[in-house]
Amino acid sequence: MYLIVAGGGKVGANVASSLLAMGHEVTLVEQRRDRFEALEEKFGPIALHGDATEVHVLERAGINRPPDIVFAVTGDDEDNLVIAQIAKEGYAVPKAIARVNDPRNQQHFDLLGITQTVCATSGILGLVEHEVPQHGLVRLLELRQEGLEVVEMQIAGNSPAAGKRVAGLSLPADVRLVSVTRNGVGEIAVGQTVIRPGDRVIAILKPGLEDSLRRALVG
Amino acid sequence: MKAVVIGCGRVGSAVAQQLAGEGWDVTAVDENEEALARLGSTWNGGFVVGHAMESEILVRAGIESADAAVVATSGDNTNIVVGQVIQKRYGVTCVVVRVLDPRRAEFYAKRGLRTVCPTQTAISYLLDAVRACDIPQPPSSEPVQA
Repeated sequence: MYLIVAGGGKVGANVASSLLAMGHEVTLVEQRRDRFEALEEKFGPIALHGDATEVHVLERAGINRPPDIVFAVTGDDEDNLVIAQIAKEGYAVPKAIARVNDPRNQQHFDLLGITQTVCATSGILGLVEHEVPQHGLVRLLELRQEGLEVVEMQIAGNSPAAGKRVAGLSLPADVRLVSVTRNGVGEIAVGQTVIRPGDRVIAILKPGLEDSLRRALVG
Repeated sequence: MKAVVIGCGRVGSAVAQQLAGEGWDVTAVDENEEALARLGSTWNGGFVVGHAMESEILVRAGIESADAAVVATSGDNTNIVVGQVIQKRYGVTCVVVRVLDPRRAEFYAKRGLRTVCPTQTAISYLLDAVRACDIPQPPSSEPVQA
C-alpha cells in the first residue's frame, strides 16, 4: 500500500517506521526544518520537508495517486483536521486517520466528517479510570460509528446484583452483559451465571444508559 | 443584528469597529486579553478572551444568536475549522473566513465556506497596478547627436 504520514514527531516517525517494516511505501511530511533533517537522516528520501496543510506539499507527497491511507498526526488538531479533509474530499483518499491531541476537539472532527480518529489523551484518561475503581463504571471501548460502547463494573457486597442470576436482573432494553470475571478468570455471561461480590462484569450498551446500568448492577 | 468577530488583530479589530459603527451588536474574541486595546477606548461591544476552538468561548460570545461571524485569526487552519464549526453546529449562515493561502481558500470556497483570501487580492491588485503603468516606449534606435 501507499501511505502518507503527515507530521514527523514521535507519533509520525513511529507510525512511518512501523509501516515501512510492514513493507509499505511511505512518504513522511514534516514542517519543522530541524526535525525534518533528523528524519531525512533516518528515513532517507521518503522524508519530505513542508507544511502538509498546503496543497502543493501534499501533491509533492503524491496525494494525486492517491494513497490508500493518509495519517494526519501532527501536534495541531486544526492542521490534522484540514489535512484529513483535503485528502478525503479533495483527492478521494479512501481513508484518513487523524490524531486528536486535545480530546475536547473530538466533537469538531465528528462534526466535520473525520470519523477515524485516535486520541492518546482519551486513552490515557480511560486507563486512569480503569485503575481507579471508585468510578464504578469504566468505559473500555467506544464503537462510535456503531453507536455502542463496552463498559466494565465491579460488583460490591451491597450491590443490587450481588448473589443474583443474570436472568433475574432487571436491565434496560439496550444493555447486554457480556462476561463475568472472578479471580482473574473470565466467563461468558449467560442467564444462569450468578454474580458475586468482587466480580468484574463487562457489558455492551447504547451510550446514555450508563447510569441506569450502574444503578441496576452496582447501586 | 449580531456579529461575532473571531481574532482581534489588525484586521479583526477594524472589522469589529466598522460593523459596530454601522449599528451591529458586535462581540470580539481573542486569545490575548491585550487585543481589547485595539478596539479603542470607546468600544462598547462585547469582548471574550479565549480560543474559538472551545465551544464554551463561542457560546459566551453569543454565537447561538449571531447573524454573522467573521473569522480572522492568524492561523489559516484555525479559521477554516472554526468557520465550519460555526456554520455547521450553530447554523450561522453568514460566516466569512480569512484564509491567506490561495489554494486552501479556493478548496474550501468550493465546499461552501465563504473564504476571503487577502493574498489573492494582493496578487490581483499588484498585477493590475503593473498593467496600468504608463511605460515609456523604448527610445528609437537612431543614434542621438550630441
